[in-house]
Amino acid sequence: MARDRLSRVFAALADPTRRDLVARLSEGDATVSELAAPYDVSVQAVSKHLRVLEEAGLVTRGRDAQRRPVHLEAEVFDLMTKWIERYRARAEERFRRLDELLDRMAEQEEPRSRHDREDVA
Amino acid sequence: MTKTKHETSIIASDKVPTITIIREFDAPRERVFRAWTDPELYAQWVGPRSVSTQIKKWSARTGGEWAMANYRDGEELASFFGSFHEVRAPERLVWTFTWEGAPDGVSLETMTFEELPGGRTRVTGVSVVESFEIRDQILASGMEVGVNEGYEKLDELLASQA
Repeated sequence: MARDRLSRVFAALADPTRRDLVARLSEGDATVSELAAPYDVSVQAVSKHLRVLEEAGLVTRGRDAQRRPVHLEAEVFDLMTKWIERYRARAEERFRRLDELLDRMAEQEEPRSRHDREDVA
Repeated sequence: MTKTKHETSIIASDKVPTITIIREFDAPRERVFRAWTDPELYAQWVGPRSVSTQIKKWSARTGGEWAMANYRDGEELASFFGSFHEVRAPERLVWTFTWEGAPDGVSLETMTFEELPGGRTRVTGVSVVESFEIRDQILASGMEVGVNEGYEKLDELLASQA
């Protein structure tokens, strides 16, 4: 179940137009016609993209019957930011182990390289 | 010995499905490259601390192949394989990477080892995958254990919005 939902979020964000809509909504709520204005596509096509984002839980529509502004659910993105941070933290952990290994390698190599320098001198 | 503090940076492009990872090391380029291409050295640092990494195949030359697996308490957790597309010591390493849990997926990873003043090295790794969806899944899961925790959190979050 969770996996299906997550897949829906990723599938929704896989499309460049929807990624762009999300980027614009991060600056503030907007109506469908405002969102459609810069694109060379119909309002209907934009509505379809918004429906995909809505089904994935990424955006909600306001109650105002006339305007129904689209609102970005920022929490979902906070979660993604957390995932990226966790990914980064794991890489950092790995590289700290590499730091330690490089130090051990240096201890093993330095007597030899001092010797090499003596040879040259 | 004074240690400079380095932190890994991650860049997820919004134009192409890539993950860029950048890190600096207090060691000369040849040594860093060796730690990346010698199987015994690589196995010592690459896996998570709680698991052991076993290298099964490793021909670190242009056109060579590699395979490895992670174990915890003797039980295999995940296995990975790929090819060394190019090994150009000590500056460039290009390989393909597949996690056997998602056998249709493949990442093309290019690692660049750049010399910095003072005998230091900057490593930049760029991984390219097939789609943004897969890229985001990799970021979310880290291709490791603990994926379910992420799903559970998202599940809770989505449920709370319903």
